[in-house]
Amino acid sequence: MTAAAPPIVALRGIRKSYGVGTPVETEVLHGIDLVLSAGEFAAMIGPSGSGKSTLLNLIGLLERPTAGEYRLRDARIDALSDDALTRARRDMLGFVFQFHHLLPAFDAVENVAMTAMIRTGRVDATARARAEALLAAVGLAQARGKRPSELSGGMQQRVAIARALMHAPPLVLADEPTGNLDTASSAAIFELMRRFNRESGTAFLIVTHDPRIADRCDRVIEMVDGRLARA
Amino acid sequence: MGFPLRIAVRFLLEGRFQSVLLVVGVAAGVAVVTYITALIDGLQTNTIRRTLGVQPHVTVRPVKDTPLAGSLAVPRPPTRSSGNAPLPGTASPSATVPSPAVAPAEVELTVEQPRAQRTQSIDNWAPLMPVLEMLPGVVAVSPMASGAALAQRGEGSRAIALIGVDLPRYDRIAALSEKLVAGRFVLGPGDAIIGRELADDLGVQLGDRFTVALGRDTVESMRAVALYDAGIRDVNRRNVYVPLRTAQSLLGVPGGVTQIDLTVERVFDAESLAQRLRARLPFEIESWMQTNGQLLSALDAQSISTRLIRAVVMIVVVLGIASVLVVSVVQKRKEIGILRAMGASRGQMTGVFLLQGAIVGAAGSVAGAALAWAMITAFSALVRGADGRPLFPIALEPGMLAAVSLAATVCGVLAAVAPARRAAQLDPAQAIRL
Repeated sequence: MTAAAPPIVALRGIRKSYGVGTPVETEVLHGIDLVLSAGEFAAMIGPSGSGKSTLLNLIGLLERPTAGEYRLRDARIDALSDDALTRARRDMLGFVFQFHHLLPAFDAVENVAMTAMIRTGRVDATARARAEALLAAVGLAQARGKRPSELSGGMQQRVAIARALMHAPPLVLADEPTGNLDTASSAAIFELMRRFNRESGTAFLIVTHDPRIADRCDRVIEMVDGRLARA
Repeated sequence: MGFPLRIAVRFLLEGRFQSVLLVVGVAAGVAVVTYITALIDGLQTNTIRRTLGVQPHVTVRPVKDTPLAGSLAVPRPPTRSSGNAPLPGTASPSATVPSPAVAPAEVELTVEQPRAQRTQSIDNWAPLMPVLEMLPGVVAVSPMASGAALAQRGEGSRAIALIGVDLPRYDRIAALSEKLVAGRFVLGPGDAIIGRELADDLGVQLGDRFTVALGRDTVESMRAVALYDAGIRDVNRRNVYVPLRTAQSLLGVPGGVTQIDLTVERVFDAESLAQRLRARLPFEIESWMQTNGQLLSALDAQSISTRLIRAVVMIVVVLGIASVLVVSVVQKRKEIGILRAMGASRGQMTGVFLLQGAIVGAAGSVAGAALAWAMITAFSALVRGADGRPLFPIALEPGMLAAVSLAATVCGVLAAVAPARRAAQLDPAQAIRL
């Protein structure tokens, strides 16, 4: 992370309310200003209900802000159509969730190569080779033909990381990627993300409750009650 | 198409039990629809063949004589003035004075009475034949001269319908040759083909002579060259077939015919053909649909019931598929959510579920067709008439099968519309969190 790195994500005055127009309207994000730069390796911490997940979903284009401006790689994105958001998500972002969310009907290689399939309708030789290389890079070369149900929790999460990196997105969003894993597996997953960040320059934003993980990130963003307490 | 199709196939293979249930449900529906359709089609074809196979579909007859009309002039009661007639019962005293200026008016009374019909004939039938034969959809045209007569032999005497025909042409309408029980199917001058019952009544055997009488002076000796059995005794007693020329001279219509019969390729086209002919020919033209109204309404009732059954079955199939797919959308919320998060569009997710419906419909069609074939084979083998032959033939028409399969596939897609919309509308953020 350097000051000169161009921003990937630039948020200004982002607000998010739920139940707009109803008596129970609640604002959960109260004006967030945040810039994430290319190649950054950042952690986001904060107590439960502080708005971490909401902010991550907003950055991940899974939800729209109620107010404010969101630029993704210099393109104003908050006013785009649903299909445009879907395409931006497909091309620019990778996701790793607390639960692996692999598709049980597909084997490990097919799961990793899924973005290629969404894009082109098929997995060609190049895509397959990249998926297998990514599986090898996360240490699962032997597991490529296995279904998610045949893999341990740590292995599943490693497949999920490989999947998030398949289309070489500039930013990977990880929502408590180690939240469900034992200490050893957590450490391994963290190291994996760190390595991809170093080797390919992929930026990571990792939501975590684990201070040991946050401490080892380059930057810690702290949310409290819908506001940034530390950025 | 690639992505939705692959996902759809995997989703179906993953939920194997559900998928099998779906396909079996569709197959049962397709089998019932196919079977009912084939059964009713077979029944109707059989009914039509048995009744319409031996009678013309359209008949051309000369126009009947107009009614007798007589008229006579009756003096009208005198009125005061022609333009101001008093209402009955309101006559003023002056009304008794006839007005010299007004001539006694006349009222015309008409007595109409249906006229006894002479034997009417179409005299210019010969040039009409090629014209009728050229009409699209017409498969046979047969001239006929017929009238009432008496058949006599010794003491015996029976009222008959003397039917003069060109035998090969008539055979194409009524398939008389198939009903022959004795003799040869040829009509030479002086020959007659008579029914079995009439032969018994008159004591006529093959080759015997009998006389046909129309009035006192018109008597002709005929030879029974063949016996037929139409399957209806009254017909066997009445109809006597003779050469056209013989009938013409006996009936006093030399060179003319009393009727031209037409058979059409598709029986339900008969009325439209009759309508076209009515506009062009100065004759009385009737289709079987007018003369056999009851048969037509019976056939219609069957067709409507079949359609109703088909519609209900299709609706049940659609609801069945839809409910299973709706459950499947709920079960696969997370997967749908993650696919959407990874960049699958709403359109692609819609496609995944529509294709599942289509695949289930198509697979069910194949299984259903096989089941229908088995049911029809079993029906043909097990349900037989008294003579040991199948009651009526049931055929599995490829065209009908294709139509039912297409309908089932379309039903599958229709059933998937609501689930597909739900899948597409699913909020990915919410789906993943749950």
